Amino acid sequence: MENRAIFPGRLLACLLVFPQLAVSLIFFYWPAAQALWQSFLVQDAFGLSTEFVWFENYVNLLKTPEYYHAIGTTFFFSLLVVFFSLAIGLLLAVMANRNIAGVQIYRTFLIIPYAVAPAVASVLFIFMFQPGLGMIARALQRNGIDWNPVLNGNHAMILIVIVAVWNQISYNFLFFLAGLQSIPKSVIEAAAIDGARPMRRFWTIVFPLLSPTTFFLIVVNITYAFFNTLGIIDTATEGGPNGSTSTLVYKVFLDGKAGSDLGGSAAQSVILMIIVVALTAVQFRYVEKKVHY
Amino acid sequence: MALRFFGAAATVAVAVGMTASPALAVTEIQWWHAMTGPNNDVVVKLANDFNASQSDYKIVPTFKGSYADTLNAGIAAFRAGNAPGIMQVFEVGTATMMAAKGAIKPVSDLMKEQGEKFDPQSYLPAITGYYSTAKGEMLSFPFNSSSMVMWANLDALKKAGIDAPPKTWPEVFADAKKLHATSPTCGFSSSWITWGLIEQFSAWHNIPIGTKANGLDGFDTVLDFNNPLETKLLENLVELQKDKSYDYSGRTNTGEGRFTSGECALYMTSSAFYPNVKANAKFNYTAVPMPYFPDAKDAPQNSIIGGASLWVMGGKSSEEYKGIAKFFTFLSDTDRQVYLHEVSGYLPITKAAYDKTKASGFYEKNPILEVPLKELTNKPPTENSRGLRFGGMVQMRDVWSEEIEAALAGKKSAKDALDAAVSRGNQMLRQFERTATK
Repeated sequence: MENRAIFPGRLLACLLVFPQLAVSLIFFYWPAAQALWQSFLVQDAFGLSTEFVWFENYVNLLKTPEYYHAIGTTFFFSLLVVFFSLAIGLLLAVMANRNIAGVQIYRTFLIIPYAVAPAVASVLFIFMFQPGLGMIARALQRNGIDWNPVLNGNHAMILIVIVAVWNQISYNFLFFLAGLQSIPKSVIEAAAIDGARPMRRFWTIVFPLLSPTTFFLIVVNITYAFFNTLGIIDTATEGGPNGSTSTLVYKVFLDGKAGSDLGGSAAQSVILMIIVVALTAVQFRYVEKKVHY
Repeated sequence: MALRFFGAAATVAVAVGMTASPALAVTEIQWWHAMTGPNNDVVVKLANDFNASQSDYKIVPTFKGSYADTLNAGIAAFRAGNAPGIMQVFEVGTATMMAAKGAIKPVSDLMKEQGEKFDPQSYLPAITGYYSTAKGEMLSFPFNSSSMVMWANLDALKKAGIDAPPKTWPEVFADAKKLHATSPTCGFSSSWITWGLIEQFSAWHNIPIGTKANGLDGFDTVLDFNNPLETKLLENLVELQKDKSYDYSGRTNTGEGRFTSGECALYMTSSAFYPNVKANAKFNYTAVPMPYFPDAKDAPQNSIIGGASLWVMGGKSSEEYKGIAKFFTFLSDTDRQVYLHEVSGYLPITKAAYDKTKASGFYEKNPILEVPLKELTNKPPTENSRGLRFGGMVQMRDVWSEEIEAALAGKKSAKDALDAAVSRGNQMLRQFERTATK
């Protein structure tokens, strides 16, 4: 009732909401509905023959062991990426939040990697880690480590985690730094006067007060690891060797693009959407309760 | 601002005037392709030469990215109702294209309808067979073809005490072990892993990859390449991989630099690698035919091609088809084929062009360029060596590669990996058959 007193009629309110609604409808709901519809069809690449098959694409999917393998890979990969990119981002933010000479320069340099496209980042790292060519790969081999991401699944996983983390650190750094700067100095000073050492001050005061930022970043980073790492995987490992770096979103891409299996690919993207919606819902329902705003 | 507006208006007016003018009624034909670097220049030159040779048609080449990107762009354009006239599709996309009846126009039909002189017998059967129906009707026009050869670093072989490049697989295995002593990270390696180790290997040994003449006779084909010979090959490679006498270099050709850098002295990959080797190898090198198992009955049979062909899309105006037919006749010209062959390193598609190049003494100076042709024409193709046509082949190669990788990494036995590659591939074939036959 109070809200309505602010806008004289419904018309203005509707007009103001319309652009956002239109964007959501056109760029989210419409394609999502298309994917849902496509997932019930078996169709050839050119769209010349179409058959409505209900849930057959889903049933086929749940019968393939590779799909479960991809689910496992995705969660493992996401866990590593989210943990390391948050931890390193936070560490760098804490370091850059101190009063040291040239702090602006450090901060700028720490933000720049975010401007590098994931696929480009991937190529940079391939050059460093390519066996026989890359300097890091050569250094590893000289030290007796048989670095071979082309054939060793663990090495391939390490490679894409490094690229994905490197690409995301800047983003996390930026938000953590802003979060740190909004924590009142007086609270920290009070703790210092009470005799709390820096580590204790960090864990009992700074970290809890950062929790809204951390929570936001966890949600964003999980989405990043689930979806935006497609370019990295495609350029670095192409999901191999032996499917060991094939995540769910990469499989959607590969089955749709290389396999021209639009129905199966759509079914996968619907399942992926459900997983991410469920994950986010769980986070808001349970994790958010522990956040201090 | 006003000036700029008038400028734009004037341009539009001129453009409208131009299209309305009957004197300039040129039929434009879009040609989507995936050629990069020097081969892109060849495509552009061909289009320019054709456009200059007559005034009724204009070929407009457009680069659309990788082979897979070009195919996807074509499919998307067809679904949106504006497919190009000519589309370059790689050899493994053949089944996808031919299954799309209505989306494509078979080249033999096109040439007949447009009354262009066209004799299927004048083309090299090892090349056109890949792109023809079981009855021999040409579906698409071969453009850039290559085959697989064994590249050898002669200096490194000499250093390891090997007199000549290996001819058979047992010799390759033995040489790889000897080379390991001088190059501990790699003796022998290969690119295009499934093309070489499964597709070419089967043709070269005259054994099937699948039933129904490797799918050429129907989409109800069933894979059966998990045979003893294939298993023997993979088992040997798995064994050599343990100490890197053989070292895996990935699914595509990204590992080819390992040959030119001198790391791998024996390297099996496409004959189209030639310009790269010529430019970058700082050692004596040669290319020899692919190795074979001497105890296999028919080996060596003949090799198969890789590369791409030009597909004509359906639903175009007869004017456009006329132009495309004329363009294909233009491409088939003997002198033009000779020129293309010598400049790009890709294979000539007509017998006349091959003979003419041979007669000119070109191969005496460039023997490496004849190796793939000798392989392709080694014996008349059998139903195991005419080519292959499996639906979903693009992704099938990934699936086969995954299983080979599992075997080489020691996660599965060679036999288990091949069994899995066959059964996973068959699932994909059944899915494809279902959409293709309706």
